[in-house]
Amino acid sequence: MDFDLSEEQRLLKDSVERLVADKYDFESRKRYGAEPKGYSDGLWAQYAELGILGLPFAEEDGGFGGGAVDTMIVMEALGRALVLEPYLATVVLGGGALRRAGSAAQKQKIIPQIAEGSLKLALAHAEPQARYNLANVAATAKRDGDGWVLNGTKSGVLHGDSADLLVVSARVSGDQTAENGVALFLVPADAKGLARRGYATQDGLRAADIDLANVRVGADALLGGEDDGLAVVRRVYDDAIAATSAEAVGAMQRALELTVEYIKTRNQFGQAIGNFQALQHQAVDMFTALEQARSMAMYATMMAQEGDANERARAMAATRVQVGRSGRVVGKNGVQLHGGVGVTIEFAIGHYFKRLTMIDAMFGDADHHLGILSDLGGLLPAA
Amino acid sequence: MDLSFTLEEQAFREEVRAFFRTALPEQLRAKLRAGHHVSKEEQVEWQRTLNKKGWAVPHWPVEWGGTGWDPVRQYIFREELMGAPAPEPLAFNASMCGPVIIQFGSEEQKKHFLPRMANLDDWWCQGFSEPGSGSDLASLKTTARRDGDAYVVNGQKTWTTLAQHADWIFCLVRTDPSAKPQRGISFLLIDMKTPGITVRPIITIEGGHEVNEVFFDDVRVPAENLVGEENRGWDYAKFLLGNERVGIARVGASKERVRRIKLLASESRHGNPPMIENARFREKLAAIEVELKALEMTQMRVVANMATLEGKPDPASSILKIKGSEIQQTLTEMMVELAGPEALAYQPHGADGRNEPAAAPEWALTSAPNFFNYRKVSIYGGSNEIQKNIISKQVLGL
Repeated sequence: MDFDLSEEQRLLKDSVERLVADKYDFESRKRYGAEPKGYSDGLWAQYAELGILGLPFAEEDGGFGGGAVDTMIVMEALGRALVLEPYLATVVLGGGALRRAGSAAQKQKIIPQIAEGSLKLALAHAEPQARYNLANVAATAKRDGDGWVLNGTKSGVLHGDSADLLVVSARVSGDQTAENGVALFLVPADAKGLARRGYATQDGLRAADIDLANVRVGADALLGGEDDGLAVVRRVYDDAIAATSAEAVGAMQRALELTVEYIKTRNQFGQAIGNFQALQHQAVDMFTALEQARSMAMYATMMAQEGDANERARAMAATRVQVGRSGRVVGKNGVQLHGGVGVTIEFAIGHYFKRLTMIDAMFGDADHHLGILSDLGGLLPAA
Repeated sequence: MDLSFTLEEQAFREEVRAFFRTALPEQLRAKLRAGHHVSKEEQVEWQRTLNKKGWAVPHWPVEWGGTGWDPVRQYIFREELMGAPAPEPLAFNASMCGPVIIQFGSEEQKKHFLPRMANLDDWWCQGFSEPGSGSDLASLKTTARRDGDAYVVNGQKTWTTLAQHADWIFCLVRTDPSAKPQRGISFLLIDMKTPGITVRPIITIEGGHEVNEVFFDDVRVPAENLVGEENRGWDYAKFLLGNERVGIARVGASKERVRRIKLLASESRHGNPPMIENARFREKLAAIEVELKALEMTQMRVVANMATLEGKPDPASSILKIKGSEIQQTLTEMMVELAGPEALAYQPHGADGRNEPAAAPEWALTSAPNFFNYRKVSIYGGSNEIQKNIISKQVLGL
């Protein structure tokens, strides 16, 4: 048992933290958000330079051979600054599907482009009717010669509006909620018949709804098998749960720091309001929530590599419950302790609150995962 | 970062588990599983079994009977001990007074007391709290006046756990009334058989006798029973309280309770569907399991950091008491819910005996008493509100 980072991991942590500390203060973030894509392509180029865009991909495919811990380190640092760029969408979600299901040819063609920052991905899996049921896929893929024709609607595709290449799930066979019969396809964003409606999200990021009307792709667009796309999506979502848990921990850590700084300097009744016990205990509740979430983010990072799907599912559900609940405590208390200014758009704390709330809403919220964990019989055996 | 246990650590866990399987009397295990307290004789016998194996005081230095295990092995041992479930070595000996004597005591004190503590030849109790000094411990008033080669102790201690069994008491006493509260306190070892000591039971809400008042009326204590220096007792007390940060979470014990609740909840009672099929109950249990898993990971972080921090407390360790106590309390509450109407009958067990037939299974009869009794865990050892004050000051800098 060892919680220490390796020398390389410490260097990675230092360099990503330094980059966001230098380039991603609250005012800069506002500027990046106002750029046409809703984030900074300049920063994206710097992520490429730092090597984090190719981080989790195998070296023989053009990546840097990093593991789940490396992704955790990066996501936590990005979470601290509420980074707007599509790291999750490109590297963890779209890139994750490619990494887990792609052929050698697909990976070797695409991953170098991801790593150098010239290609962005998105994962178009969720559909309007599905809520959190990953198996609910109505979009269809029909064979057409040696290629495929895709039809359907995808919703809430993170950074789907600016992605160059979409990983699209579609049903090849079976009922709308069948576990088997879903396939994944690599679809260029400018494919004929593909329409995107991009929009801002509550937390200042971007997403898109995507219509597929007779979109034709070649045989080489199929990512993995015709039948096991859903298994890949589940695996990628588990990776994303680990990654966003780390992101949430970074955001919670910063939200706590901002709140403590604020109540140390805000004076009322002739003293810093941080002297008041009622406020101190709420700040301590934030700290406790943060540390419990940090522990579970580490647990999820470890368990994302677990081969037993059932064990992994329990661990991921448990993590989502803790991180979701912790994020709510930190976000709400953070705003409350800031008082009136906490509900203004000018103060950073509200933006942390919003991001933490939206992280909970992605990939199944805390209650949803509590139900999953409960139905799986919890974590410990009866004895 | 590798959060799994090494093969050696897993083998060690197996070794510990195998020992408990054979050495722990089945009757004792059953008693703990049913939620009962163990008797003095059972505690003594079990601790001597552990001591014979060399495992009664694993965390002590090897020369005084410790095992030399690293923090991870100590953690595994404790987890298996609580999971068995087996009685823990008497905390007053093993985790409180023992380490203070090891750190600050004289050679004579070490040679005389430590082997007897490890073997539970002497049962120790803790004389810290007083009627007027609870959370504000430094305001304590019990005095020790130097008189020749002895101290004369007068005053009263309270909440003295299992003083009715004790041979010795380690006390905080005021030796310099004129100094600042923290500076005039000394750490004194007192033989409970000394004339002038009276022990009076305090009966807690569930009807049990666990705690006591201890009165000191001109009690003469040989000066050689002073630990360390006069008026430095507050530092030793802080050392003592900071010592048990890891054990205080009681993760292993809570895991045992969760497994037990699941087993009991899967049994059909009086023809009704098992409670585990009740979604509300199951989700509540799952929610507690999440908190417990998070706490376990937090505790492992603290354990893993111990080597690098070299005795300095880890900021994360301060939440162990708060979360650990909340979880323990909720689990006792869920036991009551599980028992339902069978929690009703008041039929105490143990020394007072029971002559009537049991109205319900033992676990159900003990469920409400344990729930009532466990309100103590968020109060003792520095109430959770005090813990929050500590975190606020020491971690958040408020």
